Amino acid sequence: MQGFWVPRRIVMAVIAAGLVVWCATALNWSWLADPKYQMLLLQGTWTTCWLLVVTMVLGLLLAIPLGLAQAAGPWWLAAPANGFCGLVRGTPLLLQLWLLYYGLGSLFPSIPWIRQSDLWPILRQAWPYAVLALTLSVAGYSGEVMRGAFKGVPHGQLEAAKAMGMPRFTIFRRIWLPQAIQRVLPTLGGETVLTLKATPLVATITVVDIYAVSSRIRQDTFVVYEPLLLLAVVYMAIAGLIVLLFRWLESRVPVKLA
Amino acid sequence: MIAAPLLASTLDLLAWAPPGWGATLMVALGKSILIAIGAFALGLLIGICGAYGKLYGSPVTRDLLGIYTTIVRAVPELILILILYFAVTSSLNNLLLAWGFERIQISGFFAGIAVLGIVQGAYATEVLRGAILSVPSGQVEAARAMGMPPLMLAWRVTFPQMLAAAIPGLANLWLIATKDTALLAVVGYAELTLVTRQAASTTKAFFTFFMAAGVLYLAISIISSLLFARAEAWARRGQTRPRSS
Repeated sequence: MQGFWVPRRIVMAVIAAGLVVWCATALNWSWLADPKYQMLLLQGTWTTCWLLVVTMVLGLLLAIPLGLAQAAGPWWLAAPANGFCGLVRGTPLLLQLWLLYYGLGSLFPSIPWIRQSDLWPILRQAWPYAVLALTLSVAGYSGEVMRGAFKGVPHGQLEAAKAMGMPRFTIFRRIWLPQAIQRVLPTLGGETVLTLKATPLVATITVVDIYAVSSRIRQDTFVVYEPLLLLAVVYMAIAGLIVLLFRWLESRVPVKLA
Repeated sequence: MIAAPLLASTLDLLAWAPPGWGATLMVALGKSILIAIGAFALGLLIGICGAYGKLYGSPVTRDLLGIYTTIVRAVPELILILILYFAVTSSLNNLLLAWGFERIQISGFFAGIAVLGIVQGAYATEVLRGAILSVPSGQVEAARAMGMPPLMLAWRVTFPQMLAAAIPGLANLWLIATKDTALLAVVGYAELTLVTRQAASTTKAFFTFFMAAGVLYLAISIISSLLFARAEAWARRGQTRPRSS
């Protein structure tokens, strides 16, 4: 740490600490003492976190076949996969979210068997549409990443496995997929942060995440900036955790430098 | 598809003249594109200054720029837009009041450009920094040795050579800019996505309008991808093609 704490950094750290102290004392944080808001903030953070984890996992599971189809599939698989990725990447997520929520949301009630099914109480809520839209978005962006990753695995590895008589699925499971994922771990970390940054959009379809909670506090208390600042700090903390997590994952992967 | 008959009966809602919404959508599309262009240009300007600052600036400048790019890339755009939207408007008004002017209402248009431009600037800084680094240092040193002034050096030596490396990243940024204009819908600015939602909820033809807007966004992204591909080919003229193994 000798290199980091040079005099100018110490001065900057002092200024930053001063800013934090000023923010803590001069601004209005009285609403934070209200247990109702504390509870809401915790619940909102939890919603944001599970939404992120669920959509990342589902999205990546979808991204693997999407990437594989584009990298090695026949044209009738590659073309739709390519089209899907282009579609997702070419339109704003907010539009996709609203299309699914308002569009499907207005379509489903008009179909009798959906209304009578057991799933209806779930489909009437907003979160399935949020999960669906975010998952498709992750799948679209990561599918493109996985395509490059599958293509980047050296051919010799696959040929060697084939020569040893390994079944095709085993080749995929033991050799192709692990090496592809190793390659794109840093990119996937970036994608996760981007997904985190996309989650507040779900507040526009009435999912109560941390962003929606802060909007509610702002409306209730007429405090303009402070909830937004808290929100920025929460998102930066989660983003920092994601970066650390992926750094740890990368450090576990043995790297052989050529 | 169940939506098909629904779609056909509502397709004339997209007609140009009222009761069709075509003209309204196109005006909104124009606003979205103008904001995207403005934000992209502002982002480029910030990016060029930021990249040079990060590479050649004093240590303090470098640290400050590092803080700027880190914060902007870690906090959701939506929240930055809200913070900057209120902060920019109110601090400008405070300044004006302090100088004895009337307070003004900043139009959503310029606030949108400023806010998205600041967000774009952080990403552009990183893209352009990498591109400047890709210019062989011998070229810059040779120009310096010939006594070329810094601005002329940037214009004649660095820019033309970094362009090829910068264009893919900048193309990506432009696509992000066009899509990020949709976020202004949340602060109530009437760009394409918000107008689409208004049209959709007025007519209850949700699929028709959202899909029409999707097609418009897709058209922007496809057309600009083609243009950027041509620009890249132009910027790479005279370069030897790297042999792919």
